[in-house]
Amino acid sequence: MPPVTPPPGAAFDPSLPYALHPQVALRPESFGALAYHFGTRRLSFLKSRTLLQVVESLADQPSGLEACRVAGVAPDELHAYEQALATLAESGMICERVA
Amino acid sequence: MSNIAPGAGTRLVDRFERGLDAPICLTWELTYACNLACVHCLSSSGRRDPGELSTDECKALIDEFERMQIFYVNIGGGEPTIRSDFWELVDYATEHHVGVKFSTNGSRITPEVATRLAASDYVDVQISLDGATAEVNDAVRGPGSFATAVTAMERLAAAGFTGFKLSVVVTRHNVGQLDDFKAIADRYQAQLRLTRLRPSGRGADVWDELHPTAAQQRQLYDWLVLRGEDVLTGDSFFHLAGYGDALPGLNLCGAGRVVCLVDPVGDVYACPFAIHDEFLAGNVRSNGGFAEVWRASDLFLELRAPQSAGACGSCGHYDACRGGCMAAKFFTGLPLDGPDPECVLGHGEHALDARGGTETPRPSPDHSSRPRTVPVALGASRTGTSREVVVTTPDHRPDRSCDEHPLAGFVPAPGTTLP
Repeated sequence: MPPVTPPPGAAFDPSLPYALHPQVALRPESFGALAYHFGTRRLSFLKSRTLLQVVESLADQPSGLEACRVAGVAPDELHAYEQALATLAESGMICERVA
Repeated sequence: MSNIAPGAGTRLVDRFERGLDAPICLTWELTYACNLACVHCLSSSGRRDPGELSTDECKALIDEFERMQIFYVNIGGGEPTIRSDFWELVDYATEHHVGVKFSTNGSRITPEVATRLAASDYVDVQISLDGATAEVNDAVRGPGSFATAVTAMERLAAAGFTGFKLSVVVTRHNVGQLDDFKAIADRYQAQLRLTRLRPSGRGADVWDELHPTAAQQRQLYDWLVLRGEDVLTGDSFFHLAGYGDALPGLNLCGAGRVVCLVDPVGDVYACPFAIHDEFLAGNVRSNGGFAEVWRASDLFLELRAPQSAGACGSCGHYDACRGGCMAAKFFTGLPLDGPDPECVLGHGEHALDARGGTETPRPSPDHSSRPRTVPVALGASRTGTSREVVVTTPDHRPDRSCDEHPLAGFVPAPGTTLP
């Protein structure tokens, strides 16, 4: 099967609802988690346990920002986490969902 | 591959060197049987081993991979498609959330198989080709193998399978064809993957004659840097990081830390290039199964402990190349805590010279079809056709001082281009 190319520049908007892409598997690790996209066959490393929590809770939260808050991301760390989510959105690991 | 890193923290490479609970990916050689007899075969394949895992044992192993959340397995051999249960096992793996990438010489990629592969989300294919021309390829992989691989790629492309891998082992004779390989990959909408020639398996017999020269290594590095993530390398060339910028990838030896090899009889080795008792961690048929071997074998625990930089400790490039490839050192008779035989600073060459007449370790086990036959192209005529002869080589390794290897002095003639 042709690997799915993520839509170029899928911009991340923290106010929108997101979810893990259905073809992505997460494996928790001591440093955070590995994420593998079966469509693009790309591997990503989530470098903190908190980020794993954020990503896991995306589907249940009304927005990316809310998922960060619920996972306990401190305000001064918020920017870094939004960046991380933006990178995941760009590579198709997470995608916008219809609320 | 990307690192999603909020804030600073321990470098991932350091985490990986201490090992993970399960491999990131794993190579699984399904059979030692092969219809080819490539001169550099890592696993010395040819004949099936009577002790190879049964269909049920393979399925039980896949169940274990699923429990360990191993995302995908790289299936190889031998020629894995020769197993009569090959497709059954591929289906079983993907149904159990274990993705499959399999390596093949293409001989069994019929139009029907290509169509079937194109329809699957979880199966990737890697076609092996070691020359961008029939002359260069067939001298290493055997007569007709170039045409077979090209036919397989045509069929995959015709079936709409894009993004499959064209996998090339870089040698002294094909390193000048990198642009041609890229053009072939582009023609079939495939992705080019280059890997390093290791002195493993039968590769030990031909490494001296086939490994790229120092100048060629530099040329390869520059080419790879230029191409960036456009060309895959399976982290193969991290020993070249000493030239300057690291190449894309983890740039570490993942043996027993993030990768390993399961061979056709269930033996677990530290990596696909280290099929030797020295790197044997255990067997999947043992009580604790694969998981126990991965988590608790003495060998793997040792590999995950801090490694000594040894003779490389005073070198400013050690952080970049980490001393290079363990298997390459071992099979060329070099100490594991010294330079890689292809060290970019030339320390490996000095170390090789200093070995004198020391015996190098013989690869074990050996499933080569006997007698070992090595096709040698005798050069192309003006019409581009080449004569092939079959040379029978002795089973024992020729002395290093002896220059009688069938590939010694072989320089492929300028070849025909693809149709």
